[in-house]
Amino acid sequence: MSESPATIRFAFRGEVVAVPVPDPTRSVLQWLREDARACGSKEGCAEGDCGACTVIVAELDDDVPHPSQAVRSAGLALRPVNACIRFLPTLHGKALLTVEDLASTGSLHPAQQALVDHHGSQCGFCTPGFAMSMAACHEHHAQAGTRPNRQELADTLSGNLCRCTGYRPILEAGLAMLDQPGPRLPLHGLAEQLQALRQQARPAWPAFTAPGDLPSLAAAVQHDPEATLLAGATDIGLWVNKQFRPLPRLIHLGDVTELRTISDEGGWLRIGAAVPLEDAWAALVSHWPALAEMHRRFAGPPVRHAGTLVGNLANGSPIGDAAPVLMALGAVLRLRHGDQTRDLPLDEFYVDYMKNRLQRGEFIEAVRVPEGPPGWQVQAYKISKRFDCDISAVSAGLALRLDGERIAEARLAFGGMAATVKRAAGAEAALVGQPWTEATLRAAQHALASDFSPLTDLRASADYRRQAAAGLLERWWWATRPHQAMPATMLRVWA
Amino acid sequence: MNTVSPSDSPPLAAGGAVVGQPAVGQPWPHESATLHVTGRAHYVDDLPELAGTLHAALGLSPVAHGRLLGVDVHALRREPGVVAVLTAADIPGRNDCGPIVHDDPILATDELRYLGQPVFAVIATTREAARRAAAQARRVLQFEPWPAVLSVRQAHAAGDHVVPPMHLVRSQSADAAGAPDTAAASVRRAIDQAPHRLAGSFSLGGQEQLYLEGQISYALPQDDGGLKVHCSTQHPSEMQTVVAHALAIAAHQVQVECRRMGGGFGGKESQSALFACVAALAAKALNRPVKLRLDRDDDFLITGRRHGFEFDWEAGFDDEGHLLGYEVTLLGQAGHSADLSPPVMTRALCHVDNAYWLPEVAMHGYLPRTHTQSNTAFRGFGGPQGALVTEVVLDTIARHLGRDPLAVRRANWYGRSERHTTPYRQTVTDNIIEPLTDELARSARYAERRDAVQVFNASSPILKKGLALTPVKFGISFNVNHFNQAGALVHVYVDGSVLVNHGGTEMGQGLNTKVAQVVAHELGLPLSRVRCTAADTSKVANTSATAASTGSDLNGKAAQHAARQIRDRLATLAAAAWECAPEQVAFAGGQARTPDGRHIAFDALVQQAYQARVQLWSDGFYATPGLHWDRQTLTGRPFFYFAYGAAVSEVLLDTLTGEWKLLQADLLHDVGSSLNPALDIGQIEGAFVQGMGWLTTEELVWHPESGALLTHAPSTYKIPTANDVPLAFTTRLYGGENTEDTIHRSKAVGEPPLLLAFSVFLALRDAVAACGAPGCQPPLSAPATPEALLRAIRAVQPGAATPTGA
Repeated sequence: MSESPATIRFAFRGEVVAVPVPDPTRSVLQWLREDARACGSKEGCAEGDCGACTVIVAELDDDVPHPSQAVRSAGLALRPVNACIRFLPTLHGKALLTVEDLASTGSLHPAQQALVDHHGSQCGFCTPGFAMSMAACHEHHAQAGTRPNRQELADTLSGNLCRCTGYRPILEAGLAMLDQPGPRLPLHGLAEQLQALRQQARPAWPAFTAPGDLPSLAAAVQHDPEATLLAGATDIGLWVNKQFRPLPRLIHLGDVTELRTISDEGGWLRIGAAVPLEDAWAALVSHWPALAEMHRRFAGPPVRHAGTLVGNLANGSPIGDAAPVLMALGAVLRLRHGDQTRDLPLDEFYVDYMKNRLQRGEFIEAVRVPEGPPGWQVQAYKISKRFDCDISAVSAGLALRLDGERIAEARLAFGGMAATVKRAAGAEAALVGQPWTEATLRAAQHALASDFSPLTDLRASADYRRQAAAGLLERWWWATRPHQAMPATMLRVWA
Repeated sequence: MNTVSPSDSPPLAAGGAVVGQPAVGQPWPHESATLHVTGRAHYVDDLPELAGTLHAALGLSPVAHGRLLGVDVHALRREPGVVAVLTAADIPGRNDCGPIVHDDPILATDELRYLGQPVFAVIATTREAARRAAAQARRVLQFEPWPAVLSVRQAHAAGDHVVPPMHLVRSQSADAAGAPDTAAASVRRAIDQAPHRLAGSFSLGGQEQLYLEGQISYALPQDDGGLKVHCSTQHPSEMQTVVAHALAIAAHQVQVECRRMGGGFGGKESQSALFACVAALAAKALNRPVKLRLDRDDDFLITGRRHGFEFDWEAGFDDEGHLLGYEVTLLGQAGHSADLSPPVMTRALCHVDNAYWLPEVAMHGYLPRTHTQSNTAFRGFGGPQGALVTEVVLDTIARHLGRDPLAVRRANWYGRSERHTTPYRQTVTDNIIEPLTDELARSARYAERRDAVQVFNASSPILKKGLALTPVKFGISFNVNHFNQAGALVHVYVDGSVLVNHGGTEMGQGLNTKVAQVVAHELGLPLSRVRCTAADTSKVANTSATAASTGSDLNGKAAQHAARQIRDRLATLAAAAWECAPEQVAFAGGQARTPDGRHIAFDALVQQAYQARVQLWSDGFYATPGLHWDRQTLTGRPFFYFAYGAAVSEVLLDTLTGEWKLLQADLLHDVGSSLNPALDIGQIEGAFVQGMGWLTTEELVWHPESGALLTHAPSTYKIPTANDVPLAFTTRLYGGENTEDTIHRSKAVGEPPLLLAFSVFLALRDAVAACGAPGCQPPLSAPATPEALLRAIRAVQPGAATPTGA
């Protein structure tokens, strides 16, 4: 029997399955529920915001560069992701684990047993998603011989919504699960299956190509500049599920080896275009610990494990939280067109609302971030209605270098304040060369008011955005002023 | 190893006696816990689909108000996969799914009443094909846009209300003088003559249920023109009725079944009806199984939610803060139709008193019509809105007087033998609010923490703390008398296993677990021998909605009644053999036994009973006693009893941005003698966090011109996450039995604890007040988003004009 090129192979329920994919934008969740009739994973929102469809996608450990926040176990690297916005063909060569796998031996997984024992389910609809996020967390700690504290658990589960319990019993189940006996994830044999799959040709049909290396990708983009570049699909998934936007041709970056790495390049941290947000933020935080809160608040784990940092920058939303931080850090984009590359500072990249300087056939290969010459203080702030997984009303990336008591250099970038993320030129000018005093702060706040004309929308009014941006500048002054700088615990409710 | 089996089977000793725990009063896990965690629990969309199943999607009005001129059905029929397109003209019966006032079309006819109103249904071979075609609504609808009214105050000013206003006026002095007709004048006089007077307004947003499982119905044609509808609903009998009316068939031809819901919270009480009707209509028209599962965005756009309210109030009080006279106008945003708004307003009016004696009070409830989704039931059903305005008023009075808000609350508590008549003339006979709040104030160290907060605020220029203790008194029963009834069926099979069916629905609250516990207790069986099945209109007829917190009160009693009849028959049989009185036969530990030690295993007795031709199944029925309610005068005894509770919350507020965090919450709640402490604590904590979301992060925003709901999915509408729950979070049950004869002297728990979240909102108001001069009144509206908080902070900070009131 001849096989359509639109067939992919992945490991599922302990064996390799061949799955025809008539439409490359079909989601993993649609396949699970409608085709495989595996209905344990639920659809709560179909936009990656509720986590009821959380599944684990595993790859060969060798394919995932270090450092990475993937859970490594049994020769595999595992990530919890939302099945509702994961396109099915991106599973090729990987393994898919769902809630049905957790108790496949006939015994409850420790996460499941702990949820039962601690009354962690009420209506039960969100529960499979929680069980999967908890199982990934369990695997990580069981492997490392560690255990999560309550705060880490809350962060781990921040991409899973529960409307019934109030979360306390779920968190207690998470604390208790490592004391539970019971089976680990059924990973045995998967690595061998994925090894064998690796020998096979990767799928490529007109509607979906997944190049394996950078030259192939560059050629594919050059050949078909109108095709949609797909990384984590955490936004593109919504174009399909909510807007029915036709995407006739997709080029998937996820398997391009050169784009999956984070590396140090002569004082620059290079983050490839296919590096997931979770890994990218961890790397950024290791250089700038002050960014830890932004890392925690940037979406939830299933989105951070799927979406990419460069994808967030390329998307270019005026409310994206990565751009203000990276502009403040002085990040530079490496753009590629065929075998040509050029560097463009991020703060010159955006032209207008959702418009950028990419040329036809060109794509972002990596973002490069200076590793911080001494003396720079960097901070990132975000304001949203909810702490976790909420789109910012205002976000700010703030960096300055003091020379004695004077400000030698400053970079202030804001999101949510204009049609693009951009630097506050007037406020910066008001700072540079001045002593970092309250008078300078007030002058910068005054200038900030002319730097931006924000909009009123569902997230905040223009007035609030202006006031909050000025408030963030003030908070930053209290934190960094040369005399009597205030500790974070006196400035930030989340510290 | 943990085996995959119901974990609710305690080990059995020889002879079948249960080691350890009795069925009632113990923290049994949810009956479906193992099914939940393994993903094996079936929700409607998980049921295996019958061959030939088609999928429906709804085409929605793209305007908030307008005249519908036509639908280009032919264009839709040409879309890929489309099998049929149905409009209002295809409805053979009544085009209405309104639960009370019949003003709620299933599919729009002449008038488009809100952006998101269903106008047509596309039936297609796949759900995706149906959705893609239905999304063409703007292209295929011909309509003439009309001006829309989106603001509740604007609608009120225009005099457009979905039902006439409700006035509840109560004057103790007028009553004492035997002149109730002068009550309004007496209330006015009480306010005017009080030593202090304040007036203000308060704006309170609505709330989306955001049940994790969206609305869904799956309709299957049966023989003889009948239909079976699997529906995620809190009210199967009403679904049966509206489907029958829409299709012009008899109720006995419609069977509605609901095994479980992925959450309801009131949103699937009346508003599951539209989807049940459309799925049924399509299944009947095409003679094919039809499923309608909404996308989350459509669910937000089509269905209503908790009513947002606007309040105007005036209060007269003395130096201690006694509320001597109080007048409040409540504007509840009904949306485009009545739906359940009238009883929601009734309950709001009946909870303005919360825990306080209001000797002279005048309340005016209005339900303005706006061109938005029709608001409906949501946990608390108006009670939280009515009670919150008074908590804000008392907080305002306390700040005005420079007294601790708790002291002012205490001054106004209902008494136990006097000062205990509610505005609607029911006497509060079970009042425990004072000892309960005193115990919480002690255990949560309210007074010390009040001082500590002041010390902190004095030395913290940017961050401010706030603290509040708020009480709850919540009336239990449906205000509408006839809903306070329930039925159950208990079957004992010949192997001694027991199947229970009752009129309630399982939405996560653990109702089936509690009812199974009750039946197991009556028959002296381990819980594992009793199983509850799906709610099913063909088993128990004419059921009430599982709502108003009454699920286990009503259905527990009905199931107990059924089980007792079977038990009595078995006792009679055993007594005949043992030559004793039936009353001497007790059922416990899986046995029937007498005090002098004769015993028989339950299973063996059942075998004997079957062979002796004893009926081993029974129905049961319960009607709550002693209730009466006069809808005209808004007086009577609407509530069987009251549930009480209190909470202390402490918050930390950033005065530069309005960001905040809940630092600590201590809850103490009254559930009478708990049927299941684990389930009850789950309800209390869940309600508290849900209430906190309502009052803080959950903001609904409509576009001010188009009327489009901009917060239409969890991406834009933010319910709490695990990180919003404080590290220091304690929940305790207040000891004691229900003074009324409820099921095992327990109390209802679904709704009352939602009001515990008032403490978070008022702690935030307290923190904002710390930014201003003593006596300042933060104009804080709800939800208290960072923006609302910063606005209130700016209003009270030195230099700002302080508006009066809240």
